[in-house]
Amino acid sequence: MFFRLIGLSLKVNALSELEYRANFFLQIIQSALSLVIGIGGIAIIFGHTDSLNGWSANQLLIVIGVYTLIGGVISFIIRPSLGELMQAVRAGTLDFTLLKPQDAQFMVSIKKFAIWQILDIVLGLGIITIGVIQTATTIGIGQIFTFLLMLLAGGIIIYSFWLMLASTAFWLIKVDNILFIFESMYEAGRYPVTIYPTWLQFVLTFFVPIAFAITVPAQALIGQLPIETGILALGIAIAIFILSRLIWIWGLRHYSGASA
Amino acid sequence: MINIYKVLIRNELLVELQYPLALAIWMLEKLLEPIIYLAVWTSVAVSQGGDVNGLTVADFAAYYIALLLVGHLTQNWHIWTIEWYVREGQLSKYLVRPIHPIHESITNDWIYKLLMMVVILPAMFLLAWLFSPSLQFDFGAILRFIPAICLAGALGFLGGWVVGLSAFWTTRNGTLVQMYFLMMLFFSGRIAPLELLPDFMRQIAFILPFRWIISFPIEVLLGWVAPQDAMVGIGIQFAWVVALILLAIAIWQMSVRRYSAVGG
Repeated sequence: MFFRLIGLSLKVNALSELEYRANFFLQIIQSALSLVIGIGGIAIIFGHTDSLNGWSANQLLIVIGVYTLIGGVISFIIRPSLGELMQAVRAGTLDFTLLKPQDAQFMVSIKKFAIWQILDIVLGLGIITIGVIQTATTIGIGQIFTFLLMLLAGGIIIYSFWLMLASTAFWLIKVDNILFIFESMYEAGRYPVTIYPTWLQFVLTFFVPIAFAITVPAQALIGQLPIETGILALGIAIAIFILSRLIWIWGLRHYSGASA
Repeated sequence: MINIYKVLIRNELLVELQYPLALAIWMLEKLLEPIIYLAVWTSVAVSQGGDVNGLTVADFAAYYIALLLVGHLTQNWHIWTIEWYVREGQLSKYLVRPIHPIHESITNDWIYKLLMMVVILPAMFLLAWLFSPSLQFDFGAILRFIPAICLAGALGFLGGWVVGLSAFWTTRNGTLVQMYFLMMLFFSGRIAPLELLPDFMRQIAFILPFRWIISFPIEVLLGWVAPQDAMVGIGIQFAWVVALILLAIAIWQMSVRRYSAVGG
């Protein structure tokens, strides 16, 4: 049922976006520019050293890949859908979603797809693959499995974090600015958070959870993830998912609609 | 003219002070980039046993703290607003006024930059406390920094205007603007002090105007540039400013002819 609904929403969004093909080319340029920043940075840095705080050039490439992939997922579905949610709360049009028989949180979360952003997802996977192939050591099934698990945990953490921010729209009128903070902090994920000073690592782990979304999966893939960190990531993913659900329900009770 | 500026300044002050949260966010965004690259180069210096090409951890800290100041004083956000004005047809109301819209841009620019110094200066002290930079200002360097930063500010402003005017030809010039910022990142000394760039990139950086906006004023302020070289550099900056003014005038005249507002 859930998958069929996701499929339908994807199809509707794809059809409407196919009318604007120029956006596809703009997206190509956009992705290319972001890639140039990432790869160019690595090239300049590794002209002067063979390891950045224990990370080799290929391992950093994997970080850039995960950064692009998760960034792609955010702008492919999370940002468009939850952005739409905030709009709907403000305009009172959330009523239409609430009337539907499916779970409302699920419905608002798959409402809108920015189809061309799929390019970043593909690109991210490509970069990760190249990074893995170039790394001399072989990567076992176990590592790939932990990587996927950590990626899932990171995805859930980011999604729940966004949902909590978006839910503040039930109380506050204008929250775009808060989201903008997240967007600009996300840039810091281009590099592993372990290179930052401790206070910044703390911020990037607990206030803006990009450490779990980007650095931790990358560490898992190269086999350098401490087991405690992995367990912590899973625990936080479950906890924040429940918490965001509670805040969402609490917010819904606060929602009075436009016509009421 | 002075009276016009008085009114414009008052308006800008009122507008800027309206949104304290938005100001705080811009601040955060501005702080982040220097911190990212400072952290990167600090890591590299540490792994290389204390310095990269003679630049120590403390030198990088000084460089990126100065970058915060120079980056702030040379930025230009009109590069975005011009597109919006053209696309939405908002430009009309500026065109019918008896003064050229660039005067409003200039006031907006100055007020914002001066006002934000209230936040930038504490931020610089905070970074200085967190990263302990090597600071040895000599009075001569600060004196030479004044013309260098003024010309750099003019260059940043003009560069943004010229790129922003491309909005008259293509309604979505966002890509062009992003390319401009990309070049700025690599060739102005933001991603790394210029001497750390690979040779071919450094050569490109010396041809382009970007280094005169960022890296040159920083190096002058930190006393990394010999006095005579600083004078030559200021001369080159001046030449770039003149060239860009001529270019801006030429492009402006071509662009306004193309402009047609909806319902105008």
